[in-house]
Amino acid sequence: MGQEIILKQGQNSSFLKPLLLKLTSRFQKKSVLSSLKKTGITVLSILLFLGLWHLGSKALYNKEASFKIEKALTERGQAAADAERDCIASGESSCQPNTLPSPAQVWSSLQSLIADHKVITADKAAFSAKMADVNAKLIAKGKDAIVYTGRASFIDIVLTSIKTVFAGFLLALLIAVPIGIIIGLSPSLRSAFNWFIQVFKPVSPVVWYLLVFMIVKTLYIGDSTDNAFVISFISVGLCAMWATLVNTAMGVSSVDKDYINVAKVLKLGTFQKVFKVILPSSLPLIFTGLRITLSVAWMVLIAIELLAQSQGLGLFVWEEFQNGANDSNAKIIVAMFVIGIIGFLLDRLMLTVQNGVSFNKNEAV
Amino acid sequence: MAYLELKNVYKTYGEGANQTEVLSNINLSIEEGEFVAIVGFTGSGKTTLVNLINGLLRPTSGEVLFKGKRVVDTSHERGVIFQNYSLLPWLTVGQNVFMAVREAYPKKDKSFLKKRVSEYVDMVGLTPAINKRPKELSGGMRQRVAVARALAMNPEMIIMDEPLGALDALTRGNLQDEILNIWSQDKRTALLITNDVDEGIYMADRIIPLKPGPKATLGPEFKIEIDRPRDKTALNDNLNFKKTRNAIIEYLMDIGESRKSSSSEEFKLPEVSPKSFVA
Repeated sequence: MGQEIILKQGQNSSFLKPLLLKLTSRFQKKSVLSSLKKTGITVLSILLFLGLWHLGSKALYNKEASFKIEKALTERGQAAADAERDCIASGESSCQPNTLPSPAQVWSSLQSLIADHKVITADKAAFSAKMADVNAKLIAKGKDAIVYTGRASFIDIVLTSIKTVFAGFLLALLIAVPIGIIIGLSPSLRSAFNWFIQVFKPVSPVVWYLLVFMIVKTLYIGDSTDNAFVISFISVGLCAMWATLVNTAMGVSSVDKDYINVAKVLKLGTFQKVFKVILPSSLPLIFTGLRITLSVAWMVLIAIELLAQSQGLGLFVWEEFQNGANDSNAKIIVAMFVIGIIGFLLDRLMLTVQNGVSFNKNEAV
Repeated sequence: MAYLELKNVYKTYGEGANQTEVLSNINLSIEEGEFVAIVGFTGSGKTTLVNLINGLLRPTSGEVLFKGKRVVDTSHERGVIFQNYSLLPWLTVGQNVFMAVREAYPKKDKSFLKKRVSEYVDMVGLTPAINKRPKELSGGMRQRVAVARALAMNPEMIIMDEPLGALDALTRGNLQDEILNIWSQDKRTALLITNDVDEGIYMADRIIPLKPGPKATLGPEFKIEIDRPRDKTALNDNLNFKKTRNAIIEYLMDIGESRKSSSSEEFKLPEVSPKSFVA
């Protein structure tokens, strides 16, 4: 009885077998040791990084502090210098030296940002509960509902940035892949487009933003809605699409001659030839392009959000810098890490998708 | 009128000063139901010849006639088995064959096509591997898929471009028998390009050597008068086999010799002497 059940399970989960094998082999002694070693090295390097950072920020802090005391001494005399020294030592926020924050300060900033997010979320919920009746009446009258217009929390800001990047990425994909396929298929169109690509590819994100701004601003005349998001995602898409465009065109134009010969001998129609032979064989290159596009999109996003005043991480960083509050520098560093980690995760995501669609060209026949 | 006919075919690549004549004055005629082998050195223009016949290339001058009509494009009437299999790596064995069958029978419904696919995959003994991708198969299995794909389109003529060149001797022998078996069932016309004289003698009715290029051209034909089905082991003691084999090899060797001696270029060795790194 028991055996039978086991057998059945084995049959059902046959597709899980490779996964199970991988998992069980993970737990083998040797691989446990080697993976322990790997994690050990990673943890060690992180600790080393934090340690160096801590020491570096301390040195900068001391330099800034002694400069402040020195300045007080020369400008206002001994008493002021002593007062300044005491003030700095007491941790009073008004006289803290403004320099690179230490890891501990960044950590506490992160926590305060999260706490802030909780406060704002509670605020929003309270607002919508309070306005529920009023809004229902407004909608019944055919008017717009009143929405929460308070400050955005850090999490909202991150989500806006991710939304902008994905919208831009999607735009890049929708523009670059079809055009890449078309110019990849036709050598004359390729040479017609070549100057266009060569000229516009190196243009800076800032200039793209200005160009998009000129156009969108005019299109939005008479419309009071906020167009910052639209401008920023279009600019991100236009900046980032070139890698996909070039890679797609190259992939499509350099399909293995053997496959083209097969298509000819089988007398495949144009549609069949493009979708069954040319596209599958250029998918790996297209996805390499898309991966570059996504990482470029994330990179230019910060600069473009800053310019477009879109409520994302770019604007957050800029406003914190302008703000100059006691924990502004720490918040900037928090944003830096969040940007880096999200960029890394996006790249991983694309890599997984890329591995899923590509076949090994060297092993294939 | 011959089934397939090549008349004074020339093929050159490049233009102007860079022009090289690959094939020169090729004349060939093949009757219906015949099995012809063309033997030649590697790089002698065999693949170019195949591509002229299957319609992937057009001759620079002269004409290729198939059933009296000039060949201007590829056609389902002439099935091709490529040297490097040319399976599409993103499709499974079944899908690779299905793609060909659907093109050959555009009006038939799906169940007919599927039946035909499984029939031909079964014929080459790959039913257990029908859902595998080419990279999971061995070289011999891949070549069998290519054979199944070409035959499932029901061509009137099969053109094979060194189909077994990349295989080991044992697999090669097995596949030779399989191809002969399939050929003898409905006596399709077959053209085999190979670099193996024994393979040519074992399989074909006629062997024509291709003199090596540039300016490759066909040599005198050798008729193989050995009754079918031929027995590979007994063949080695067959007087006729030995005689034909020796004649062909002698001919090919002679061309090789004359090619060597015809090159008047003298190679000067550079004057170098070993350098001592000790002193």
